[in-house]
Amino acid sequence: MAADLQSRARWVLSLSILAAFTAAVVCPFLGGLGLDYAKLWRHESPDWNIFINLRLPRTFLALLTGAALSGAGALFQALMRNALATPSSLGIEAAAALGAVTAISLFSGDETGFPLVWFAALTGAVIVVALVATIGHIGRFPTFTILLTGIALNSICTAFILLLHSLAGITKSFQITHWLMGGIDAVEYPVLLMLAAAILPICIWMLRLARVLNVISYGETWAIGRGVDCQRITWQGFAAGALLVGTTTAVTGPIAFVGLIVPHLMRRIVGPDYRLLMPASIFGGAAFLVICDTISRTVLAPIEFPVGVTTALLGGPFFVWLLWSR
Amino acid sequence: MTTLTLQDVSYCYPGGKLVLEGISAEVLKPEVIAIVGPNGAGKSTLLDLIAGQKTPMSGTVQIAGHATTALQRDELCRLVAHVPQHVPPDVPFTVEEVVLTGRIPYGRGLYENDEDRAAMELALRRTKLESFRDRRFSSLSGGEKQRVLTAAALCQQSQVLLLDEPSAHLDPENEAQLWELFQDLRDSGHLIFVVTHHLALAAQNSDRIWLLDRGKLVADAPPCDALRPDRLQEVFHVPFHWNESAEGRVFLTYGR
Repeated sequence: MAADLQSRARWVLSLSILAAFTAAVVCPFLGGLGLDYAKLWRHESPDWNIFINLRLPRTFLALLTGAALSGAGALFQALMRNALATPSSLGIEAAAALGAVTAISLFSGDETGFPLVWFAALTGAVIVVALVATIGHIGRFPTFTILLTGIALNSICTAFILLLHSLAGITKSFQITHWLMGGIDAVEYPVLLMLAAAILPICIWMLRLARVLNVISYGETWAIGRGVDCQRITWQGFAAGALLVGTTTAVTGPIAFVGLIVPHLMRRIVGPDYRLLMPASIFGGAAFLVICDTISRTVLAPIEFPVGVTTALLGGPFFVWLLWSR
Repeated sequence: MTTLTLQDVSYCYPGGKLVLEGISAEVLKPEVIAIVGPNGAGKSTLLDLIAGQKTPMSGTVQIAGHATTALQRDELCRLVAHVPQHVPPDVPFTVEEVVLTGRIPYGRGLYENDEDRAAMELALRRTKLESFRDRRFSSLSGGEKQRVLTAAALCQQSQVLLLDEPSAHLDPENEAQLWELFQDLRDSGHLIFVVTHHLALAAQNSDRIWLLDRGKLVADAPPCDALRPDRLQEVFHVPFHWNESAEGRVFLTYGR
């Protein structure tokens, strides 16, 4: 059976890497503006510049963000033992957004670059995760209560975002609106490197944790009885999730439903075993967001709409279907 | 040989309610010990303390000479396997996968090795679950689920087994088989602790009874002594009677 599982895991890993790789290779060539491949081959502008400085970094950003959000969704669902636990439903995305919006509101345009917004979003995410985890730990509440607490925190953060938004001047207001729509924009390669340095080690840690995540899904008492230090794993998991969501949200703005749709879709395909589900979610999430971003910039070309619109339009109906089918 | 010592163990819940008070006992040889008592007497909490799921407020629990609080979680789980009263009924894994969770204390690699699979096969055989191996846990009856959880505890290959109401959902045939299994395990050197409300079965099948009442160990003795009618009436507030059948079998009844 284990040999069979290992062979299935190899297949799942290979296919999901292939899906992400294919999306990453094909999608940069798609867009409102057709690329002249001959010019591209000769590294001639503007095609070479569009490809290298716009589409390629955008694709890498979508890969990293999709992997992070989807992996975080799978992780939270395992730790909370609840299929509806996601970075959104736990209030983490809204908290990261509140951090970023606060930074945009308080500082001048020149200062609100990557490091400041990144730090502010990460701080927001970490505070809410610490709050949710502490409430869950001290009160020993059932996960349903913790989820409802996350939803309440989500509303509170959203209210503060609206307040800051309404107090901001026109320029800031536009900046906040643009940021809140959530989008995959071209970023500089050093930013991508920083993101990769933050996200990839956590993804590897999550992949290595898969067997323990399986046991945690039996409930805390069973897991502790099998030698799992649930408290430590939960705290580490929440910290990892906050880092993944805070880091990516700072760059892209909130992108809804990726952490919900992809793990659930993958669960339907590969089953509940996290040794299959986690790699499928991470690489599937990467492929999914690259595809969603490509849809966002090609369907109404030359007009582009934020990728958050595509994920929400796909995710909303999926969420309703999920609720009905449970 | 694995021994277990409880030394003046007390436990209170956060908020101050004392659940167990000054429990002292010693088990020096393989035995089947039934832990009985009224609801809220502290039976499950006592199992949790032995399993290291909870930490005593005072006193020590020692297994094989080691204080449970001094052991790493996986070290402790190689000595003690605990089957709690409740496990989510909708666990989405197969019987084999559930049983293999018993191998987690032996290694955190992503996949189980040959030794793990051999332990699983043995556990499935001892609990007569071979034909269930590919069934989904969530599709099983309450009794079958209980057997699977017991198999997982066996797969853990710990010398001390703690089972919290393992026969709660079992029919008489499966219940009798389970108690036979406990006796087999005792004969192969295990210490078995079974929390149960079935006093008659406990009397028939266990070597010793720990009778708990309001957090205190009021009897630690062989069944015929621990389950004396006067003592049981004092603890459970209903009259008990030992009876003898025409075939000479002794059994326990209760009620006015």
